[in-house]
Amino acid sequence: MTTVRKRYRVGALPWIGPAMAVIFLMVLYPAFEMIKTSFMSIDPTGTSHGFAGLSNYRTLFRNPNLTAVLERTVIWTISIVVLTVLISLPVAQILHAKFPGRRFVRYALIVPWAASVVMTSTSWLWILNGYYGVLNRILLSLGLIQDQKQFLGSQTQSFTWLIVVAIFVSVPFTTYVVLAGLTTIGEDILEASTVDGASGWQRYKNIIFPLLRPALLISMVINLINVFNSFPIIWVMTTGGPGYSTDTTTTLAYKISFRNADIAQSASMATINFGIILLFIVLFLKVSRWRDDS
Amino acid sequence: MTTLLTKKSRKKITGRKVTLTISGWTIALIFLAPYIEMMITSVKSKAEILTIPTTYLPQHWTWSNYITIWKQLPLAQYLRTSIVVSLSATVLVLLLAIPAAYYVGRNRFKGRNAFLLLVLVTQMFSPTSLIIGIFREIIRFHLVNTWMALILVYAAFNMAFSIWILSSFFASIPVEIEEAAWIDGATRMQALRQIILPIALPGLVTAFIFTFISAWNEFVIALTIESSPAHQPLTVGLESLIGQYQVQWQYLFAGSLIAIVPVVILFAMIEKYLVSGLTAGSVK
Repeated sequence: MTTVRKRYRVGALPWIGPAMAVIFLMVLYPAFEMIKTSFMSIDPTGTSHGFAGLSNYRTLFRNPNLTAVLERTVIWTISIVVLTVLISLPVAQILHAKFPGRRFVRYALIVPWAASVVMTSTSWLWILNGYYGVLNRILLSLGLIQDQKQFLGSQTQSFTWLIVVAIFVSVPFTTYVVLAGLTTIGEDILEASTVDGASGWQRYKNIIFPLLRPALLISMVINLINVFNSFPIIWVMTTGGPGYSTDTTTTLAYKISFRNADIAQSASMATINFGIILLFIVLFLKVSRWRDDS
Repeated sequence: MTTLLTKKSRKKITGRKVTLTISGWTIALIFLAPYIEMMITSVKSKAEILTIPTTYLPQHWTWSNYITIWKQLPLAQYLRTSIVVSLSATVLVLLLAIPAAYYVGRNRFKGRNAFLLLVLVTQMFSPTSLIIGIFREIIRFHLVNTWMALILVYAAFNMAFSIWILSSFFASIPVEIEEAAWIDGATRMQALRQIILPIALPGLVTAFIFTFISAWNEFVIALTIESSPAHQPLTVGLESLIGQYQVQWQYLFAGSLIAIVPVVILFAMIEKYLVSGLTAGSVK
């Protein structure tokens, strides 16, 4: 027993130190570096000219595209997160029921989750192509359109399609979370409620949905962070264009630094984004009931 | 009366089953559609791709695209980068996350909560949101156009997740099993290697696959810090085709499928753990 206790006395640092070092070096230090950059004066070659106070933030707020981009980011984030849940709930309900080929359907749903979002977006870009895209062919065959349509032609249309693709990419994960929730509810509870004479919808509203709520909240906050951060869909399909018309704050920050070579102004946009994500994380910690004693 | 009732309910059940089956298969079709279109396009000839309106199925199944692509693009180079970078990052994560997760899962110590909070918070960070800081750091360390930069970034951003999932696996293994080994004279490391790790194998596999796939699919960091084709992974290398004057969609999609198929198989292997994986640390 004494030997066992002695072994426990070895400090924590050799065990957790190396992992912490990598996190500090490549996650926390870049965060610090980014925030610092937002207060510096930096020329297009990347050379620093000292402290600049809030001037980068002032330049950013004078950016004529900022208001529209902010509005769009709110629409982007909320519409995708909400619609993803609304679609995932019935999809999970279907995948929870027994039918021939259910296993295959569940595997099919894994594909968009595992596949690179960049490549999935590329395929959508091709499907939506105004000349050679298969969606034009399908709609023409069905008689729903008379001539070829440029689906990514106007700002409203292309932004709508970006949202569709983002929902397409988010539904599999959310569905799986709901599915896991449904599995834990258990048949006995469902059977008991059937005996009580509850109708299908009542049963769903009063028994199933409340039990799914914790899992749903978690998946919504995770989606919130992912969607807000989302880059590849917009970058591949429209590059935020034409102009800045389909940019969100995430792609705008990228454009300002790597296209306009104004890394300091971009850092101020990114720092604001980062602040918003930190708020989401606090929400996440609350929702996941992270406690000090866990 | 009873027979009538059962007959009626049976009929209702079959009707329900047909609806379910049709909806289920429709869902599968919708979610597979972009990949089916990828596959079809990848075996069309160059001329056929540019016909208006497009054909549903290839008139000539040009399977040779899958051979030509290796000569048309530096595909082998991109593939090598993706494999080396993803595997190295994954191995690095496991090497560092196993001891940390083991210690956290087994011991109460001062600073444990702070460490867990750090892990949980950094798990929610994505490289995209910190790209500017990462970019400046990589320049400062002269790591632009190296594999090392990608390996370090991918390892760091997946560390938290692996620690979470592994520590819950380790914590679920009864400590008595280990104590028996210590009494038999095994060191703590030996007990970890020979007793604990084999039991925690499903957790290790899950952590491995999640890290590997996230590194394999990463785009923004690689796009930003790797400008030479020799250091670009598949995601960035293939996407560079889109900017070209005439996009060679058949090659783009053949290459994409080569990248997608292996990770889909890996993910399907850990289907059971997918949810616990992505919500690791949040649902107790």
